[in-house]
Order: sequence, then C-alpha cells, then structure tokens
Amino acid sequence: MSAVAAAREASTAPLYGLLLAGGRSSRMGQDKAALTYGDGPPQLERAMALLAAHVLRAYVSVRPDQAGDPLRARFAQIVDTHSNLGPIAGLLAAQALHPQVAWLVVACDLPLLDAPTLAHLVAARATARIATAYRSSHDGLPEPLCTIYEPGSRALLASYLEGGRNCPRKFLAQSDTLLLAEPNPRALDNINTPTEYSAVMSQVSAPKQITVQYYALLREQAGRRAEALATSAATPAQLYAELAKRYPFTLSAAVLRVAINNEFRDWATPLADGDAVVFIPPVAGG
Amino acid sequence: MAAFAFTHTAIDTAALAAQLADPACGGYAAFEGWVRDSHEGVRVRRLEYEAFETLALREGERILSEALARFGVRHAGCVHRLGDLAVGELAVWVGVSAPHRDEAFRACRFIIDEIKQRLPIWKKEHYVSGDSGWVNCERCATATSGEPGTA
Repeated sequence: MSAVAAAREASTAPLYGLLLAGGRSSRMGQDKAALTYGDGPPQLERAMALLAAHVLRAYVSVRPDQAGDPLRARFAQIVDTHSNLGPIAGLLAAQALHPQVAWLVVACDLPLLDAPTLAHLVAARATARIATAYRSSHDGLPEPLCTIYEPGSRALLASYLEGGRNCPRKFLAQSDTLLLAEPNPRALDNINTPTEYSAVMSQVSAPKQITVQYYALLREQAGRRAEALATSAATPAQLYAELAKRYPFTLSAAVLRVAINNEFRDWATPLADGDAVVFIPPVAGG
Repeated sequence: MAAFAFTHTAIDTAALAAQLADPACGGYAAFEGWVRDSHEGVRVRRLEYEAFETLALREGERILSEALARFGVRHAGCVHRLGDLAVGELAVWVGVSAPHRDEAFRACRFIIDEIKQRLPIWKKEHYVSGDSGWVNCERCATATSGEPGTA
C-alpha cells in the first residue's frame, strides 16, 4: 500500500483498544495484571475500564497459555500468534484480525494511567500519520505502550520485523509518528519490580496527612476555618469530591481554584503527605 | 517601589501617596474603591472582606511587579481593607507614580483589574433587609461576571 493510500484509509479508521497483558512479569515475581492498589480492582480490570471508555471495542492481548486465566477470560481476547517478539506480538495479532482499524495499544502495567492521558491522545490523533504517541518525560523517546497505531503502520511494522528488529520504541522513533507532551508526566510510569510496586502503592493508597483551610462560603459551609485530615485522595480534585460528601458545599469544583502550599496549582497535581490545601471560591476583591 | 498590603483599619491615602513621591515622576494616579450602598438594586448596609492572605500577598506583589515591567512606571502600591466596612468607607487603594501621566493611568487601571480577577479575596454583602451573601458565590452557576460593591 502506498503512503497516500494508507493515509486515505487511515482517515476513517475506527479506533479499537488493545490492552497488553501477555507479559511474563518475571521481575515482579507475580502476575502484574492481578496487582491491586489500595482497595481498587485488579490492574487489568482497571486498565480495561479506562481503555474501553475511549475506543469502539476493547480487547485483552494474551499469550496462548493465558487464554483460560479467569482474570483475562472475562474480556474479549486476542491471542498472540508470534512468540518472543515482546509487546509487538500483541499488536501483530490484533492487526491481523482487524487490519482496517487503528489500535490504541496500552500496557497493563501503568498503574498511574488516567483518563485525561487517554482522552488527550485520542483527541490529538493524527489519522494521516503512522502513529500518535507520547514523548517520554524521562528520556524524550516515544512511549510505544500508550500509542495509537494507524492501519498504515501494519506494512511498515512487517518490514521492520523482517529486518530482525522488534523494538516498538525505535519503530515509532523512525516512523512518521506524532509525538505529544504528556498531560500527566507520571501517567506512563510502568512498574516491573516489587520495589516499584510498593512505591506506587504508597503513593496511590497510603493515607496522607493533609491540612485544609476554608475561606468565605466554604468556611461557613464546612463550619470551620481549617482541619487536618488523613486521606487517600491522590489529587486535590479527589480531595474536594471527598469533602463535598462530608459538607454541604454548593460550589462545584468547576468554579473553584486550588492552591497547594500557598501557590495556585492544577487540580490533577499529586498530593503529598503534609500538603496544605486551600480551595478558592470565586473571588470578589476590590 | 512596589508594595501590596492588607489592613484592618482605615487606609491613610495621603501617607501612601507620599511613599510614591519621586523627583523623576511627573505623574501620580490613584484608584479608590468605596463601599457602595446597593448591589443590583438591593440596598447594602455593610461589607465584610476576607482573604487568603499568604497567597494574596504573593499574587498582589506579582501584579505590581508586572505593572512596573509592563508600563514602565516607577512606583506602584496597593492596600486592601479586610474585615467589616460601612457604606462609604475606602475598601481598596491603588497608587502609581511615573514620569508621565499616560503610563500612570494605564498601570493603575491594570492593577485594579488584575486584583479583582486574581487575588483570593472574598466579599460578603450584608443587606438592609437582613439577608447576606458572598458576592460571585451564591449564584455561581448562573452569574459569572461583574462583581459589584465598589466602583
């Protein structure tokens, strides 16, 4: 297929999702897809829910010997047809099954992956190019395991593999890939070892001591000027949602701003132990 | 000179203006915001101002520095009242001195506009009827513009 024909075909390709859950988790010592964070669901279930919300159909990519695994058997599967190709095997099998669609490929071992990261990728998708991916905040290279592969990538991928190579990161780096900045620089942090797992566990689920100060209408509705609380909220957005269940707040987060440690911050900023948070109602100085 | 401050007592504008004096400046412009006796047709008896002071002071200083850099004025200051204010009282003062009047006027306008937009300061109106309400908050979902009370 010529590049022009590929581009034309890509311009209308529907978007399917593929969750890569065929890894061997050898460094982790247990199946990464089954890991849980806090009181959340197993990682595979969480990732499938995120993925399914952004694509027409979502599949789990598995090795032949994993097809009967109860965790994986609950979802539509695509079974690898190649072995020893690493994560690319999953994409090859998916493209062989549905060559006319674009594939949003996501790895299962990204516990901090969030909906805004997927939504931004889908919204920025460049259908006339080979792929749309994020540029890693760590090394500046493409992140191949949270990427949209257009149908035109299939032929290129085949010739890339014929050359004896199977690194998806290098494939994207040398192809016509649109690279985006990550909205949340930690969203694509993957975990491979028990140490990395416990680091994420403590960030995601351990209660943090946070102080909250209230002003104006929020002060009156909370009935207090300040409080110290233990929360597992990961962001000020989650913390406000938690507090809004406790107090009769009438202001939606959409009209508030948030400050952490005396500076304005984004609602998605990760909360850290000891942070001082202030929710700022619409202002009326002067 | 660029200084932002809060006060719980009456603002002495003459003393503040004197701090902006500079032989290189031929122009001084000031804005005073006073407590008005009505808001959208409702009679107002008094106002109550509250601020997240740490952040407001930082942001206020930033606004004044921006005005110096942007308009080339020599000095800028702002003082905002907090607490209970009666109708007619001075709620906010902005003063700017510059070599010429044009930049002084423009910087003064810029500062008060930015302060109203950016500083975490809230105003509760107490009405003659006995009701009260936080300006811009009680009807947030429907009213998003215009904060009455002063100028």
